[in-house]
Formats: sequence, C-alpha cells, structure tokens
Amino acid sequence: MSEELVRLKIDDIDVRVPKGTKVVDAAKQAGIEIPVFCHHPKIESVGMCRMCLVEIGTPKRDRGTGELVLDEGGQPQINFWPKLETSCTMPVSEGMVVKVSSDKAIEGRKQILEFLLTSHPLDCPICDKGGECSLQNQTMRYGSGESWFLLDDKKHLEKHVRLGDLIVLDRERCVQCARCIRYQEEIAGDPVLAFAERGRDLEIVTFSDPGFNSYFSGNTTDICPVGALTTVDFRFGARPWEMDAVASICTHCPVGCNLMLNTRREASANGRHMIKRVMPRQNERVNEIWICDKGRFAHHFATSDKRLTKPLVRVDGKLVETSWKKALERAAEGLKVAGEDVVGLASGRVSNEDLYNFNALLKSVGGRAILSDPQAGGELVQQVGVGQGTDLGALGEGDAILVIASDLHEEAPIWWQRVMGAAKRGAILVVANARKTRLDSYAGHVVRYRYPEAAHTGLGLLEAITGAKDLSKFSGDEALKLAAKALTEAENLVIFCGVEGLTYTESKSLSEACAAILVETKNVGKAQNGLIAVWPKGNTQGAWDMGLRPAEGDLEKALADAKAVYMMAVDPVGDSPDLAEIFSGDRFLVVQELFMTPTAELADVVFPAASFVEREGTFTSGERRVQRFYPAVKALGEAKADWRIITSLAAGLDIELEDSSAAAVFLRIAEETEAYAEISYQNLAEVEEQWPPVGEKDLYFGGTTFKNRQGLGVQLAPTAVKDQSIKIQWSAPPEFKGKKGYLLVPVAELYNHGATVMPSEILHPRLALPVLRMSLKDAKSIGVIQGAQVDLLIDGRSEELQAIAEEGIPEGVVLLGRGLGVPIAERQYVEVRLKA
Amino acid sequence: MPEHILLRHRDIPDIADLDVYLQHDGFTAFKEVVKNQTPEQVIETVKAANLRGRGGAGFPAGVKWSFLTPGVFPRYVVANADESEPGTFKDREIMESNPYQFLEGVAICSYAAQANTAYIYCRGEFWDLAHELEGKIEALNKHGLLGEGLFDTDYCLSIYVHLGAGAYICGEETALLSSIEGELGQPRLRPPFPAAEGLFAKPTVVNNVETLTNLPPIINRGADWYRSIGTEKSTGPKIFSLSGHVEHPGNYELPLGTTFRELIFEHGGGIPDGKAIKGILPAGASSPMLTATDEVLDTPMDYESVAKVGSQLGSASIIVLDETVDIAWMAYKTTSFFKHESCGKCSPCREGTYWMYHILKRFQDGNASPSDIELLKRVALGIQGKCFCALGEFSISQVIAGIEHFRSDFEALTGDGK
Amino acid sequence: MLVDKYPKEIDRILNKFPPERKRAAVLPLLYLAQREYGHVSKEAIREVAGILDVDPTQVGSLVGFYTLLHSKAGGKYRIQVCTDLPCALRGAEKFAEELCDNLRIKMGETTDDGLITVEEVKCLAGCDKAPMFQLQAPDGIHYFENQDLESAMELIEELRQRGDDA
Repeated sequence: MSEELVRLKIDDIDVRVPKGTKVVDAAKQAGIEIPVFCHHPKIESVGMCRMCLVEIGTPKRDRGTGELVLDEGGQPQINFWPKLETSCTMPVSEGMVVKVSSDKAIEGRKQILEFLLTSHPLDCPICDKGGECSLQNQTMRYGSGESWFLLDDKKHLEKHVRLGDLIVLDRERCVQCARCIRYQEEIAGDPVLAFAERGRDLEIVTFSDPGFNSYFSGNTTDICPVGALTTVDFRFGARPWEMDAVASICTHCPVGCNLMLNTRREASANGRHMIKRVMPRQNERVNEIWICDKGRFAHHFATSDKRLTKPLVRVDGKLVETSWKKALERAAEGLKVAGEDVVGLASGRVSNEDLYNFNALLKSVGGRAILSDPQAGGELVQQVGVGQGTDLGALGEGDAILVIASDLHEEAPIWWQRVMGAAKRGAILVVANARKTRLDSYAGHVVRYRYPEAAHTGLGLLEAITGAKDLSKFSGDEALKLAAKALTEAENLVIFCGVEGLTYTESKSLSEACAAILVETKNVGKAQNGLIAVWPKGNTQGAWDMGLRPAEGDLEKALADAKAVYMMAVDPVGDSPDLAEIFSGDRFLVVQELFMTPTAELADVVFPAASFVEREGTFTSGERRVQRFYPAVKALGEAKADWRIITSLAAGLDIELEDSSAAAVFLRIAEETEAYAEISYQNLAEVEEQWPPVGEKDLYFGGTTFKNRQGLGVQLAPTAVKDQSIKIQWSAPPEFKGKKGYLLVPVAELYNHGATVMPSEILHPRLALPVLRMSLKDAKSIGVIQGAQVDLLIDGRSEELQAIAEEGIPEGVVLLGRGLGVPIAERQYVEVRLKA
Repeated sequence: MPEHILLRHRDIPDIADLDVYLQHDGFTAFKEVVKNQTPEQVIETVKAANLRGRGGAGFPAGVKWSFLTPGVFPRYVVANADESEPGTFKDREIMESNPYQFLEGVAICSYAAQANTAYIYCRGEFWDLAHELEGKIEALNKHGLLGEGLFDTDYCLSIYVHLGAGAYICGEETALLSSIEGELGQPRLRPPFPAAEGLFAKPTVVNNVETLTNLPPIINRGADWYRSIGTEKSTGPKIFSLSGHVEHPGNYELPLGTTFRELIFEHGGGIPDGKAIKGILPAGASSPMLTATDEVLDTPMDYESVAKVGSQLGSASIIVLDETVDIAWMAYKTTSFFKHESCGKCSPCREGTYWMYHILKRFQDGNASPSDIELLKRVALGIQGKCFCALGEFSISQVIAGIEHFRSDFEALTGDGK
Repeated sequence: MLVDKYPKEIDRILNKFPPERKRAAVLPLLYLAQREYGHVSKEAIREVAGILDVDPTQVGSLVGFYTLLHSKAGGKYRIQVCTDLPCALRGAEKFAEELCDNLRIKMGETTDDGLITVEEVKCLAGCDKAPMFQLQAPDGIHYFENQDLESAMELIEELRQRGDDA
C-alpha cells in the first residue's frame, strides 16, 4: 500500500485512502457498508459473487488535452460507467464518485441475493452458522423478502461431505465464493481445495491424502460466509447466542495465538461449563485472525474425564486420594527433610505466575529450579529479542528472515504461515537445516549442514559477515557466503532459532551465533528485528524470564544428586523411561500435574493442577509478548491453579508467597523483573482498533473471528534498546565424533500423542504415526521397500517400526517424531535392521 | 468475389500440401517480414489494413498488438482455435483445408509480437485436425520455415498445438490462458489485459484463427488492397458460416458488407421446401435474433450495420430459422447451451442460466403458466449487466429477443401451469 | 505407471512449456492417462500430480470441468451426437432418438455389451453436415458427419467386429 493518498466520494462522503486501496475497503474504512461474499480483506479479490456491485463514476477528461472537463458550477463532470462494477476489484482513483445506495445499486444487490438464495436450502433451523451467518444477515438487510423460484427446480446436492477428518462440507449451502480455496492457496500454503465441475454444478473438492490435508483447515470455517464449512468438533454443538465467550491464549506452541473460548453449561456434564469450541481472537501482531488446527481442536484435554481432580499421597506403596491439607503437609515434610538438596523441574507449559512462585520457592529453600526444555537462548532473547512493535505481517521486500534448525510447519504453524507470507511479499528467506522442510520452497537460500553442525553454520554466517580471523575455521562455501550477504544487505532481519537434532551445548553455541549475527548486522533493539527462539512449549520464554534455567545436559545427574524433587508440568519418565530408576528408592518426589503420567505414578505426593482454561494468568510468547488469559470454566474437582498450590506448599515451609490473586503475583513479578516493570494486568488488557474489522456486525467482511476487546498484550523491550553497544560472545560448539550406525534424530510433530492432544478424539485420524523416516539410499541398503517393518535398536531395547523412505533426508540419518509413543530424549546412534 | 483469399483450397484444391502452398507464394510474407521488416512495421501495416478480430469481438488486431508492454519478455502468441459457438465452423475448414496459410499467419503475428513461442489452443473435439496440424508444423520445421535462425536471421519460432478438453468458455481469451496454464478454464479479471500479463504472466497476443489467416495476404498485397475489400470500417473478406434452414449450409467467403439476403438466398439457396423465413441469428447463439423483415434481410453484414438493427455480427455464424421454428423452443436450446457451458464463477450467470433453463423447460413440457413469461424476462434482466464475462451477458440474448419479437410462441405453450 | 510406460511421450509434453510452469502439461497428461486407463481414475490423478509436483487436488478438480474427460468408465466407444440448435434444425434430435431406440438404450446409457455409450453434446462445429456425431474411442476423437440411422448402425457394427483389436 503506497503512502500517496487518493480522494474520492462514496455516497457523498469524502474519503481519503492510500493509493491502491479497493473501493470496498475504502468504503469500510469510511464506515459505509458494501456487502460482500467472496471478498476478504486478507485475500486477493476476484470479483466473483457480484454482491459488491456499485455505481462508479470517474471525472471526465478532454480526449485531446487530458484536462478535466468542468460543469457550470466549476465541478468536474462525472462520467458514470454504464454497468455496475464490483467494488472489490476497483482500485480508488482521484475524484472518483461511488454510489453505494442508489436505486440501481440496491436493485443489483437484491437481484444477486435472489440468485444466491435460489440454490440455498432453508437449513437455518439446523445449520451451525445460524446466528453468525453472513448470508442470513445480508438477506435480512438487503434481500427482497420474496422469491419467485419454484422449489421443484431446486438443485439437490450432497449435504454431509467429509472434507478430510475435521471439516464437513454441505454442498447445498455453498455459495461458491471460493474464499476457502483462495485462503488455502494464498495464506495457508496448502492448495488442497479446488472447484470441480462447472456452472451450477460447481463444487468444492479435495483430492489430497488425507483429504483437506492442512494444519489450517479450521480457519476456512471462520471465513466461510455460510454454513457450508463447519467443523466436526462443533457440529450441532450449540447456538452462538447460547455460549459465553472468554479470552484466552493457546498454550501449544510459542506463537501465543489469541483465542476466544466459547462455553456453555452442559446437562451431559452434570451442569458443568464445557468448552464448545475454540475460536481465534484478533491480534494482528501475533496471529492476525487465524489459529492452527491444533489450537482449535486440541482443547479437550482441559475438560477431560481423565484429569486429576484430587490430591494423592503414597500409602503402603499405593497412591490414594486425600485432602489438600494432608497432601500439602506430606509434601512440605518431604521437602523440609531434604534441606537444600531440593531440585525443582518445570516446563514452559505453565504461566508466568506459576513459574515465578516456583522459582521463588526453590530459591528460598536453597535449591535449584530447572527448566525441562533443553534448549538454550532464553537470556539472549532477553537481550536481542525482537523489538517492541514487531509485526511479522509487515515484513516483506527488503527484509530477511533466517530460520535455522527448526521445522516451523510442525513446531509453530502460524509462524510458518507468516514467514511464508513475508517471503511472498518479497522478504528473502534463508532456511538452514540438515533436511528438507516445507519452508524450503519459499526460500531464496537453502543451506544444508550435518545435524550436529548447525552451530558451525551459524558461525560460518557470522564469519562471512565479520571476516573475523578467529572464526576462520567455520568459514563456509560460496552458497553460505551468498546467504550471509542477503542477511547483511537486508534492512530488517529476524532470526528463528530452533534446536532440531542438537544437544544443549550445541544449541547454546547456535543461539549465540544467531545473536551475534544480529548484533554485527546492527539488527537489534528495534522493531522488525531480533532473535526468536522456537521453543517447544508455549511459555518457555516466560520460564527463562522468571529465572528458570535448563540443566545444561546433566538433568539426570541433577535429579540423582537431589534428595527431593518437585516437578510441575513435566513428565521426564514418560520421555525417558530409564529415569524411573532414580525414583525407585528413597528420593522424595512431588508431582503437580493435569493427568496421571508415568512420572506421577512414581510420586510420593501428587497435586491436581488446574489447566489454563480454569484460571487466569499470563504467558510470554516467543516474540516476547506478555498476554493475559482468563478463566472460562470452573476448576475440575479440587484442582487448583499451580501458583496457588505452590503458595500453599511454601506456607508449610514458612516461606511467604503471594496468596491473593494471580494479578497480585504479577505485581511482584513486575517489581522484581526489570523487563516486566512497566507491565500490569491493566495495561495488558488494553486494546486498539485493528484492521480488518471482524466479528459481530463485521462478520460478513472479516469472518467470525472474535474482535479483541480483552487485551492485545504488551511486547517486552530487549535490553539492546538501552544497551546499544551490546556484544555477544560466541562459543565454539563441541567437536562431533561420528560413530557407527544411524544417527537417530527426534523431530517435532504437530499432532503428537502428548497428553494435551490425545483427549481430542477427532484428531486421532490425523495423529502422526511413529514411522522411521530415512533417505532413499539408506532405505535401499537396509533393504526397505516403502512401508516395510524394521527393528530399531535404541538404548538397549528394540522397537518395531514402519520405515518410510523420503527425499530430502541426509544419508546416515533416521528421523522419528517426538512424543509418538517411542521415547527418545535426544539424538543418539542406533541400529536399524529389516524385520525378518 | 471471384478469388478466395482465405478458403484458398476452393480455388487450389491441394493447397494443404506444403509443396503446393509454397508454389503459390507460400511463406513469402513470413520471409519478407523476418528478413526485411521490423516488428513495428508489421504492426503498422496490420493497423493500416484495419484488420478486425474475426473471433467475434471485432477488435482491431494491430491495435491489440501495440498494447504489448515494451521491454517485457518473453512474449507469447496464442491462436484461439476453440471454435465452439453454435453455428460456427469456419476455423475448422481453414485448419483442415488451408492449414499452411493459417500457420504462416501465426508466424507473422509472432514476429510482430516479438514472440518466440506460439500455442494453438485447439478445442479437444478437433482431435484429428490437431494431430494433422502437428504434422504440418513438423513439415515446416524440416523445411527450415520454423525453428532456429530463420532465413539467416536471429529470429526463432516454435509453434505448439495444445488441445482443450471440451469447454466453450475456454474460447474467452483469459479463460483460454487459464486453461493452458493448467487451471480451470474460468475467465480472469481484466485489467491486467493479456497484452500486459497474459500467458504465464507475460505479454501475450490472443487472436482467432481466421484473423491470423488474413495476415499473409495483407503482407503480400498490402494494406491498401485489403481495405479495398469490404466496407470502410469493416475491411477485408469474411467467412460466413451458414447453417439451419437453408438448402446449402456451409462456409461462404464474401466481402464484409454483403447482405443477409445475398448470403441466404443467392449463395445458401434459400429456404428448403418453400417455407418462409422467420428469423436469423447472426452470431450463433450469442447475439439477439433478428426477425426476417426486408429491412433486416437487406442489412449489410458488417459490424456497424448489424449493430444498427439491434444485434451484433460477432463471428458471423448465421443460423436461419424457418416458419416452423417455435421461438420458445429455440430459446430453450440456446439457454440449455449456455447453462451447460457456464463456468460457474459468478452468481448471476451460474444461478441465472440454470433458472432460465428450468423456466424454459416448463414451456417445453407444457407446464408453464402465463406469468412464467414475465418471470423469464425478469430473470434475464436480472442477469444483464452483472456478469463477470460475456457468456452470462449473451445467455439472455435469445430470451429477451424471443419474447420481444415472438411472444405469441411463448404464450401458445402456456397452459394452466403450476 | 505412466512414467514407466511412456517416458518419451511425457518428456515431449513437458518440453512444450517453460520448466517452471510444468502445471500447463496437465491436460495432455490427463489425455494420456485416460487413454491408458479408459477413464481418469484416482490412481491416474495421483500419477499425473506426481509428475507435475502438485497436490492431487489441482489435477482431480479439472476432470469434471471438461466434457471430454471422464472420471467414470463408460462404454468402450462414446457416440456423442450434437443436438445443439443448428444441428437440431436439421433433424439431429430425431436422429439421436432413433439411434437410441435402435440400440435399445436411453440417451446417456451404455449398451449391454459395454460397447457403445450414446451421449448428447453441444455444438461440434459440424453444423453444415448435420446430423453428425463424434466418436470418442480409446485412441482419440473422430468425426462422422452427414449421418443417418443406417450409416450410424453400419459404423457400430464395424466397431463391434473390431472387437479387442481396436
């Protein structure tokens, strides 16, 4: 959009908008409604539905001189175009006159609606969209109220077509606006929907395997203007006006998408409030108006029957239910005895308030609070994270993005979508990984390295940028130097740093290299620039900010050295069954969890924690935006918010922690943590007008995404803003010695079999399968024909798996998804043999 | 007109043979422009000749070529051989019987457009013809008349034949380009026009087969000669496809400006079985029918004159209706055509052609009520002026004209209705 | 697999278009698949999508749009009679009806021996030689013009004789 403004008149109202704006968007900005179906402000306009027809007039110009022809009053004469024109495809021009409310335009609108309604079934009484339906609203407002179409002539089409496992299509309701097709092609990067047939038989089809194969399919149900696309999750669930709406934040990944939880009291759940559906809430700087399908559908864990609802203590070798009083007493006792040899282990799945209290407790007893996510870089993000005001949606031509050691599509889908969008707008994308990932096809530079040498590549880029002699041993090839050049020449640079296939120390070296690149290219301390760590959990950055630190590769030793261990929102035994040994003896274990996990099975005390939908708090996203979430349903059984449990436990150890409210805990955070000093629950709840307008009266325009009235959050400033002369010291990664066998690398899978995914049965057909992925060459030498069974010999045990050969996987490497039922803590050498 | 300029095989029977074509000034025009003229000069000549597009729109070809965005390469030329308008069969005869003149026309156009690749988009039903054409192109390649370094210059040209798969809408130029690119053959927004962003988003010229076939004679004999045929604004010879109720249906090459009367009665042999003529569809199914009054019959068939009497010449596919034709039935046939061929992209055409078809079917089945005539008209007027492309706009032509001129035919079919 | 059976043909087709615009080859490849499998099956769609490196959706969605591509198997030969306006004015509808009666099928159906499907189609540009039809055979599409019931039945008999050699 250019800076140059254009003046025009719409229904006698003077409007000034940037050059290139379409008339329909200009009208919206001026508060004039032009109804649309196929137009969506975030998608390329196509002028198909013809609903936005208006009268267009342009100033008359003399053919010879090009001068404006004036009328008697000295005003430019206006030539009205003979036909109505679609305002969604018409760019504004100087002096244009648009008639939206003339008789001709109104008549045109009525006619188009009549045409659309001839095929549309009278499903409103049973259609999910009723009450939030664009066609309903427009018919009430602009329709003629009568139809001359004979019911006998009505076209009958299929009504419950499963487009894949998650979305249902009703062909009769579809108005062929193609919003879903265009969204999938342009924004989601998955062109798995298309029109088939022609004329009145035009219908939506998918031929991908599985059908509608996209991590973003749910978004099409928000922008569908009718009830043609609905989700299996919410189908026949409730009426929109029956539900309450509560603002929340997704916890599945570090993007921090803004959600709205729709709840209703359910008789089938004994009058409990249940979450009926998860909807996106607009936050243009975070997730725009989208969420991924995991965030949308994997919410059932929060209200699952299998949740822990009562405290448990071990009596005669068995865990039995008990009261909070007794459980807290027992836990305090066990910790007291351990004195300073207490280790706390927590993950980024819980809120800042929980982690703050957790850290405070551990510090007070002289113990250690360990962050279970084994990825380095949290402090570097504090220093050179993205500046305040960063909006990935504004990156484009002239900017560069580096994504290294991360498969964004599986780890943070909405970031993947936004990075792809930036690349489409002209940003140069450098993708560095040992294997091919989905982002490669949008990359200007694809860099390959051997798995343990990601940091070498990072340092190689740094070397190409600085030419420093002490980096010369990391000097890379021509391709790497070209990539480095692209990063240097960019006006803005954002680096996404992951941990795929790396040990903790390697990830430390990599993140330092990335931070150093940003410092050396002077891309720190300002908006649109900085380091983003692709954390495994939603609030890992918050955990770092609250003072937790990873164990730096010696977690097992740290646990073994402790006399008592306090775990919150982690399941290390589930990830590494060998750790069970540590807890087979006297070591005191307290576990605070949502579900009974393998770790909890070994505990002396188990506290039932409330999930994020049952309480309030804050999360800090990977872009360091602090955002509030609110309670949507009552806590299950006797479950309590994590921070509250910690306070109660601390009281038993004579440690005073905040016990009144989450907001009060946050006040303490603000007092003690410099970066959070300016933040409060009040300013986290501030909002501003966003474009495009969505929801309620604007749902025909932007979709049924919820308008954000609850808070946009506040992005923290990196310390580099104040400390302009910041220097990052890089460290050499450890030398890697190859061994015999195949290097097994655990990779992220969006639909893993984790405790937060499994309770959502509708996702079961889409769950990632535990298959061993390998290069075509390795498959051949092992003797694998696609899909054959192999034995994987790992950690002295044998696992039988299906083997799949794929392009883009380096030789000597086999990949296995994390969290799919085969425990792999970190990369290691394995043997693979064809099953006899 | 004694001599055939386009249907030359009617004068020279074996002109489909390359040797014969070469013997009769074949490829002298192409050689001339490549060796001795600039692309701009060729465009000027074609502009001066005022060659108008023969596919139906009648847009001046030279002007179209001059819209190609300067400095943007590569360029493409696409020959529109998707001839699917009911009553049109002229391009077919050219490609079957005078193929080399057509191919030479494609070559000349490519040179003028500075394109090195040309595609002939042939409707899928012309399967045999398309494969023959590929053989002819192969022969030209062997003869050094197509390919690399033509006539000892740097100019290269490859021509490919691309088969459609049965969709009338693919004759619309932007839908045609979509179809070649592998997408659904649905029309695209204009602007941008193909001359700026066409095939594969590059500057492209799309021209009809007959238009291109005019190019070799224009180059060989000059723009002045070309303008001496036809009328002032509609220059040159035209192939008129005559079908329906005439003794001798077929293609007739005549100067633009020949009257309907001359075509139908002199050349076409008049109406069989002594029947009276009732109506004329001058442009296949697309332009409103004309009642066969004397005024109409004496109207010259050129773009301006036909417009004056309330229709369009279009592709000059004249379908003759005799007194036995029920106009409601005729409208039913044409509407059925448009409903079948509608691409479905825009609401008015997609829903409207379907609706009109069902109303007209009621008339055929004897279930129509008197109010259905007004309803039919209302639906047609509802479609008018709102569609994405010309197909929807043209779909109403026979409905409106039919009710206007022969309302009684419709009334006769109404009963108690429903 | 098409790539195994027709490598040269596929290369020839792909070479007609700029390499970064492979998708343009979809129609010629679908014709090839239809010739090989008799109709455009799900397998055919997958194979063509593989050659073009696109999602199968972008191939499969085209089949219904184009009249000459068939997603379901029909008779070995499709006799597609034009009954559009100009042909209808010269007796095409009557001809089509008689042909169906003679074959003892309804318009759109296939003969019991699976040999012939008769279909009505729109203008084939043979308006001066009506009644006429096109024969969609395994090897391509061929025109038969100036037809009457007798000549049509003769052709069908000839096709029947050809049997499996055709």
